[in-house]
Parts: sequence; C-alpha cells; structure tokens
Amino acid sequence: MTEAKEPTLVVEGLKTHFFTEAGVVKSVDGVDLSVDRGEILGLVGESGSGKSVTGFSILGLIDQPGRIVGGSVRLNGEELTTASPKRLRSLRGDRIAMIFQDPMMTLNPVLKIETQMVETILAHRKVSHAEARATARDALGRVGIPSPEERLDSYPHQFSGGMRQRVAIAIALLHGPDLIIADEPTTALDVTIQAQILSEVQALCRETGTALIWITHDLAIISGLADRVAVMYAGRIVETGSIAEVVANPRHPYTHGLIGSVPSRNRRGTRLTQIPGMTPSFLALPPGCAFAPRCPRATEQCTAMPELAPCPSASHLARCFHPMPEGAAS
Amino acid sequence: MTAQAPAAAAAKTTPVISVRGIDMVFLKKQPGVVDKTAKRLGIARPEPVGVHALDGVDLDVFKGEVVGLVGESGCGKSTLGRVIAGILAPTAGTLRFHGREFDEMSPQERYRAKVAVQMIFQDPFASLNPRKRVAEIIGEAPLVHGLVPRNELSGYVDEIMLKCGIDPAYKQRFPHQFSGGQRQRIGIARALAVKPQFLVCDESVAALDVSIQAQVINLFMDLRRDFDLTYLFISHDLGVVEHIADRVVIMYLGRVVETAPTAELFANPRHPYTQALLANMPRISTEKQTFGQIKGEIPSPLHPPAGCHFHPRCPFAFDRCAAERPRLITKSAGISAACHLLEESSR
Repeated sequence: MTEAKEPTLVVEGLKTHFFTEAGVVKSVDGVDLSVDRGEILGLVGESGSGKSVTGFSILGLIDQPGRIVGGSVRLNGEELTTASPKRLRSLRGDRIAMIFQDPMMTLNPVLKIETQMVETILAHRKVSHAEARATARDALGRVGIPSPEERLDSYPHQFSGGMRQRVAIAIALLHGPDLIIADEPTTALDVTIQAQILSEVQALCRETGTALIWITHDLAIISGLADRVAVMYAGRIVETGSIAEVVANPRHPYTHGLIGSVPSRNRRGTRLTQIPGMTPSFLALPPGCAFAPRCPRATEQCTAMPELAPCPSASHLARCFHPMPEGAAS
Repeated sequence: MTAQAPAAAAAKTTPVISVRGIDMVFLKKQPGVVDKTAKRLGIARPEPVGVHALDGVDLDVFKGEVVGLVGESGCGKSTLGRVIAGILAPTAGTLRFHGREFDEMSPQERYRAKVAVQMIFQDPFASLNPRKRVAEIIGEAPLVHGLVPRNELSGYVDEIMLKCGIDPAYKQRFPHQFSGGQRQRIGIARALAVKPQFLVCDESVAALDVSIQAQVINLFMDLRRDFDLTYLFISHDLGVVEHIADRVVIMYLGRVVETAPTAELFANPRHPYTQALLANMPRISTEKQTFGQIKGEIPSPLHPPAGCHFHPRCPFAFDRCAAERPRLITKSAGISAACHLLEESSR
C-alpha cells in the first residue's frame, strides 16, 4: 500500500501549454505540489503567473487551445492526467471540488438553490429526492446560512455576495471531497464577510480532513490561513515552504519583493519596496530565470534555469542561484 | 515631510475641503411595471423607498493631509468622494472649499474650485477613453481650461508623463496598449494635468497586483511631496490606508463611526466596528490568524437598522443602541467616535 502513504494530491512536473496563433504560451511549466489531509496550501502569484491554470489543470478543465503536455497529477495515488473523461466526471464534485472567485459563475441564475444542490447530490449518489434535500439543507447550515430550509427555495440573486459564496462552498462540500481547490474565493468580498468565510473554511478543513489549495494574489490572507505556501512566477514555482519559513525568511528575491510591497504598519509613511518593471508576457519570457530582468541580484548565471533547491531546510525550497541571505525580511 | 507636521500646522488654518451635514438620498426615479399596474388597478403600494447613501456626514480635510476613508461596500464612501469632487450634488448639507461655501461662489469661482478638486478612479480600464491617444487624454483638460497654451502643450504633457513614471515616447499610443499599472498612471497624469490642489482617489490601487500597487502607492507619496497635494484616499483595504493616510475616517452604512489619526486609530480603535475591521484585516505574519469574530451581514442600505446601524452585529450592543442614534463624540483633539458605550463610560 504505497499509495496510502502518499499525500492526498501530488502534482509532479505539470506542464500546461496553450497553443495560440501568436505562439506557445507556457502558462504552467513544470509545477510540483503536494497537499495532505486537512492541510491548507496557499498558491500565491500575481495575475498571469499561472496559478489559476494550475488549479484548472488538476481538475482536467483545460480547453482548447490548451493542453496538459507533461507531468503527473495523482489524487490518492490515482493518475488524473490520463484518466478517461468519464472517470474525471465522476471524480469532479465528488472527490475534488472547486470554488471560484465569482459565485455567480458557478450558480445557475434561473434555478433554485435546492435544484442545483440536489442535482449535484443525485449525480453521484443513489438517494431519494427527500434525502438529497436533507443533505443539502445540512450543508447550507454547516456554512453558516441562517434558516437553511427556507433558503433552499431561493434563487442565487436573492443572496448577497457573501451568502452566494457560502452556497458555492456548501456545494463543494456536499460529498465530503478529499480535495478542494479555491480560486480567489474571497477577493470580491468585504473584510468582515471575508473573515467569516476564512474562519469557516479553516474549521471545516480541520474537522473533515479535506485538503485545500487556496489560490490567491494576497499573501496576507495566505499567511493567516494556510499551513504551507507555494509562490508562482511566470508558470513556475519559485519558492515553497511552511508559512513560518517563507514569511520570516523569504529566499527568492521575488518573494522578498512581494512581502516588501505589502503595506504594513512597520513601514508606515515610508516608501514601499517596489519590484521594478512588470510581469513578463508568456510569449516573450527571458531565457533562464524569468524574474532575472526585474531582479536586483541577477547575474549572467541567471540566463540558465535554476532548480528548486533546498534553501536551507529540505522543506523550504527556492528556485534561485543567488538566494537572499537568511533573515533578509525586514 | 513628516506625517505630523502638516496636520499640526493645518489645525489652525481653514480646511481645504469641509463638508457639513451631507445627506444623499438616491430615489427610485421611475416607477416599475408593478407600480404602474397597481396604480391603474387602484391598489395601494408602499411609497418609493430611497437609499440613504449618506446620512449627516461631517468631514474636514486640511492642506497637505492624506485622509483615508474606509468602509465596506454600501457604506457611502464612494458617494462621499463624488460629492466632494463635485460630481454629485448632495440632497442636503454644505460643501466648503477653503472656507467658501460652494453655493455662494460666483460661477467663475465655482468653476476654479471644481478644477482644483480632481478624482482618480478605481478601474483603469473603464476610466480612460479607448479611442483617444494618451497625449490627448492628458492634454485635453489643461488646454480646455486655458492652463497651457497650445504651442507649449506637447512639452507640458511630456513633463506630466515623466512625473507619473510613463515614458513620453508612448504618448501617441492608445490606452489598450498599456498594462493596468501604466493605465492607472495615465489616470493620475490626467488628473494632475489641471494642477489640482486636492485629489479624491477612489479605490485607486484596488485593481492592481501587489507589486504594481506598491509602485502606485509610492507614486502617490512622491506626488504629494512634489506638488503639495491633499488627498482623500478612499479604500476598503486597511493596510493601504494605514500606510498612506495621516488620518482615518471609518464609515458604516452612510455614517461616520470613527475618525482618528492613523497611528491612534490602529493602536486604539474605539468603535466596535473599527475593532472588528482591524481584527479581521489579514496581515502578513508567521502565525495563523483567528478570523470571523463579527457575525452577520452588512444590512441593506435600503432598510438600515434603527438606532446605531451597527447594533445587530455588535457584540456590545444594549437597549439604547437599537433606539437612539449615537452622536459622534470627540474624545480628544482629532479623535471622535459614534458609540453609546463611549458616552456611558465618560459619564
């Protein structure tokens, strides 16, 4: 039983490329990830870093002109990149679920919440409609929706943004999935509502042992929520480790710059550390390390691609020839 | 320039912008199909309800100051920004510019005051005309207002672009050829081109990536120094406001609930809502944060709760909170909050 020892999700060397008329866009170019039971992994990156495409690739939701061209995605030891569409369909919503940024995208505006939830249950379980309705009601109650019985008969537009996101989370939780991929689910929400959702997600993962990948651009959320973090830049993971390791001691100059550019009370009124330039286009990536043109520490060596190397412990990895000295975070 | 110096010096002078008792009610203009049918059939319908977006708001902004205006969606912060920028006329209340009431100004004075207050918007994709070249977007207003003669315009636009960190070589390009951060710089350049004294920044960095956001925040701080600007910085992001503002104003459902100098507000929040916001603000840390101490939803501004708008969600609410609207009480110079608890404790 070697599979039993493997973490819930293991992604190795995942490559998702988009074959466009302008050229090959290597949105995900060799990503390694793993998440275990009850663990929260934060996947952080700016727009166009490939973080969402990584999430979609895990679920096999890549459309033309995109294609997974290499690597492996294993859920509980089962390979997903070569799985049949039928098998993938039975896994999605059952073993893996996804929560999106805009809950209006996942909820059908012309169907009652009940219809949508019962449909999801009946797609995977042979139960009566009444049993399915009861399950749906319990799921709504679990994510903190008041009077769930009545709310089942509401339409999505009758909910506020925060409540809609709760419904989306309730649907994701219906079958007690092994893995949830959440793509910027609280970006559109207000601070107090975001905090409620974060608190519930934290509790649910702890209780049910669901593994969670939280995709976001906001390092502050990740540092308060996740156990581990992986920082993406131009389709590759540039640094990964526990929150304590990466936040207290960022080794990749990009991570260091990102943390420096978050306004925080320590640097009130002073200039923020800014990363010069902007995220490169995938069609014109520099050779070697994609961050080199914006990096203050880059040398000629950086025209080659550095490996993700232990830096310093085996759990803290950085993809850099010239990592920041220890304790560089201010 | 230190943060305290202008605020202290300004305390004796007249504020650049001063609003008193501003009310803003948005009414449903057109009766809907149901209303029309009901009227024809002679069925009584409830009176059309209005959204009370601003409810008796007072605010002073002094020269050289950066005032951060914070609140969640529907709290009226953008509406207040628009009223101050002269885009919306308030339902009631007065707006003063350098101590002069807008309504009492001569048309020419009012025109000059309006040019002196400029606004920078949230979405750099929606706020620039896609059919105009950058040089035209930035150069149009100073030309129209007669600030720069036509033969000097090109050099003037170059200068403004340089100040805002855009290469003047790109002045013949269209907005779609720029990234989000660069477009926001174009929006800033457009506002600066008319030599304003006061900038209303409405969520101006919210749509930008973290590293680009840092660049734009730095630009705002440089421009403040170089052009001696005063800002009203509207944001939902407490981290950004904490960084850039000298004074913070917290709003909830159309009312100001607390105002204090930034350091004081973050160290010693007085209103329970401010306390909740600060506790739930994600911060970079190496430890896990406990979220979600505040329950409930933001009520609809169409039917705000009676008394203190925050009482249904407030952990400290008592009988009086549901019945009576708390006044904004000044605790000490520059620090005030609207909460019955503070009144009780000071008795």
